[in-house]
Amino acid sequence: AEVEETLKRIQSHKGVIGTMVVNAEGIPIRTTLDNSTTVQYAGLLHQLTVKAKSTVRDIDPQNDLTFLRIRSKKHEIMVAPGNLAFNFICKASLYLTA
Amino acid sequence: DEDSGTEVGEGTDEWSQSKATVRPPDQLELTDAELKEEFTRILTANNPHAPQNIVRYSFKEGTYKLIGFVNQLAVHFSQVGNLIPKDSDEGRRQNYRAEMVTGSQESAKVVLSDTENLEEDEEPKEAEAEAETGSQTDVPTVEAVETVTEEELITPRQPKERKLTNKFNFSERASQTFNNRLRDRDCQMEPPPRTNFSATANQWEIYDAYMEELEKQEKTKEKEKTKTPVAKKTGKMAMRKLTSMESQSDDITKVTQAAKIVERMVNQNTYDDVAQDFKYYEDAADEYRDQEGTLLPLWKFQNDKAKHLAVTALCWNPKYKDLFAVGHGSYDFMKQSRGMLLLYSMKNPSFPEYTFSSESGIMCLDMHVDHPYLVVVGHYDGNVAIYNLKKPQSQPSFRSTAKSGKHTDPVWQSELVHTDVIKLKVEGSTMEVPEGLQLHTVGCGTAFDFHKEIDYMFLVGTEEGKIYKCSKSYSSQFLDTYDAHNMAVDAVTWNPYHTKVFMSCSSDWTVKIWDHTIKTPMFIYDLNSAVGDVAWAPYSSTVFAAVTTDGKAHVFDLAVNKYEAICNQPVVAKKKNKITHVQFNSIYPIIIIGDDRGHVTCLKLSPNLRKMPKEKKGQEVQKGPAVEIAKLDKLLNLVREVKTKI
Repeated sequence: AEVEETLKRIQSHKGVIGTMVVNAEGIPIRTTLDNSTTVQYAGLLHQLTVKAKSTVRDIDPQNDLTFLRIRSKKHEIMVAPGNLAFNFICKASLYLTA
Repeated sequence: DEDSGTEVGEGTDEWSQSKATVRPPDQLELTDAELKEEFTRILTANNPHAPQNIVRYSFKEGTYKLIGFVNQLAVHFSQVGNLIPKDSDEGRRQNYRAEMVTGSQESAKVVLSDTENLEEDEEPKEAEAEAETGSQTDVPTVEAVETVTEEELITPRQPKERKLTNKFNFSERASQTFNNRLRDRDCQMEPPPRTNFSATANQWEIYDAYMEELEKQEKTKEKEKTKTPVAKKTGKMAMRKLTSMESQSDDITKVTQAAKIVERMVNQNTYDDVAQDFKYYEDAADEYRDQEGTLLPLWKFQNDKAKHLAVTALCWNPKYKDLFAVGHGSYDFMKQSRGMLLLYSMKNPSFPEYTFSSESGIMCLDMHVDHPYLVVVGHYDGNVAIYNLKKPQSQPSFRSTAKSGKHTDPVWQSELVHTDVIKLKVEGSTMEVPEGLQLHTVGCGTAFDFHKEIDYMFLVGTEEGKIYKCSKSYSSQFLDTYDAHNMAVDAVTWNPYHTKVFMSCSSDWTVKIWDHTIKTPMFIYDLNSAVGDVAWAPYSSTVFAAVTTDGKAHVFDLAVNKYEAICNQPVVAKKKNKITHVQFNSIYPIIIIGDDRGHVTCLKLSPNLRKMPKEKKGQEVQKGPAVEIAKLDKLLNLVREVKTKI
């Protein structure tokens, strides 16, 4: 489907290390990373995303979380919460070759 | 005394024999007088064993005192009895207890048959006891039990009578029946299913709940309004099916939205510097350049599928300012292949948002102002198609066929004016769909533009180089004709502010600016190469851009420099690339340029190119340039009249 294509494109984009799709309970559905990393990331990021979304909406209930970026020294993690709490997590390297 | 005792004994003996009294040897010898003395004996109730001189210590006086009176009571026999007086507390209590016992015994008698016999045995005994005479009543036998029971039932018994038992003749007989084994019987049911439920009551959860309620209410209101019960039922069924389907399907299609966002995020990372430039970069060198400006290249949009197709049309979306449509086809008469319609968003430069492919090359496209999801496309084979972006189909929602007045030649330009699609085709007749208003011209039309305010007026440029001013209402005649160019007119556009001025460009290397009331152009610019397209800037009435086939973009500002371009910049990488179209974005200071290799480049206009006449306060900015142009017009006219006169 279109989504598959989009996933492929993102994965093949410059600097992207891995992507994964997580469902509402925090269980990963699709991933391009190895199992242990996936499980770890899914669990940790899911909680963080829920917390972030709750925070944003607590401040203003009409607002909603669009996406969450976490930039660290080595990598950048991007999380987009989707409909029905499907999350999309992407991990990218910060050092891009031009 | 011994004497009296012996005398009595001897007296009896006197009857039998008269004897002389025999005196024992150890008997006291007493005189007769002593013998006749009377001794009185007194019988008192005094206890001979009681002490006669009891002494007690008196603490009061501190001495031993003799007690006068001494207890003379002698106890010969004592026994502790167990009789209780009736009226005392203990007696009453026992009475009460006995009554209770007899009462329960009586009630149990009716139920149990075994014990009945026992009781019956007791009763007649009671009767015996009551009688106290020992006269025996009927001794119950097994046969007489029944009669006795009858008697028992009939006779009203005093219920609280204590059982008086005959002390001498009473025997209690008891027998124990076989006790039934006790059995436990219980039944267990399945416990109700339980689930753990936990939730947090945040502000947004409450808000969500309220919104849901609102939506439900609105839906019910709508349903009431429609008032079609059959439709309701089917609707409900469909709804149920939908909801059940949605809840069950756990597939990945729901991630589309999130996936899009992530793709844009990733692109944002990659093109971060470009995005920053787009937003914030202003060429500082413009201050030193003395009215000249530059075009900063930003993004480049290209797609593999459209690699060999030229960009034949560009259009910005009127609603979403970052979305634009690119039509691909081919200008080459010999090589005609398929066409593509791609819609890009500036947020995602690497992949188009929408792609549509068609069999025939696309020549032109336009987007509806009020319904920004409708895109009208004109094909090389004469078809006109309307694509609806809301529907995820890859096919157009409306296509013109031979029946509805399809063209037989390439459709060069189409414009969406409100709800009418007006196309211009090579043969030179402009047609309105679906009415089919036809204008016959001598030559072939290549470009046209509708007036911004005057709805019915439009301009048509032809292949011969003439420009005709036409009106929708007059279908047989032109309002005006301009001998514009020597070669085909590539583009005609009205000035967005000034209602009288329009501009045309042509393959004869010139760009001309006209006042539609005057037959000669106001300004003529020679650009050394065939001009592909020309466009007015939306923010100023004196700024316009022109692109040429040698890969250069020219930006003019009439307010600054009437005769020369203020920016003259090669835009495309290879010089062989011919630029085919240019479009200004209505809010951002960027332009998109399409070339014949299928690339679309986005460039940012430097500040010099965007000068707005803000000097005059209190005056509307729009009319400022128009006033200026009017002034310029007058100046030029004066110049020309002078010339002609001479």
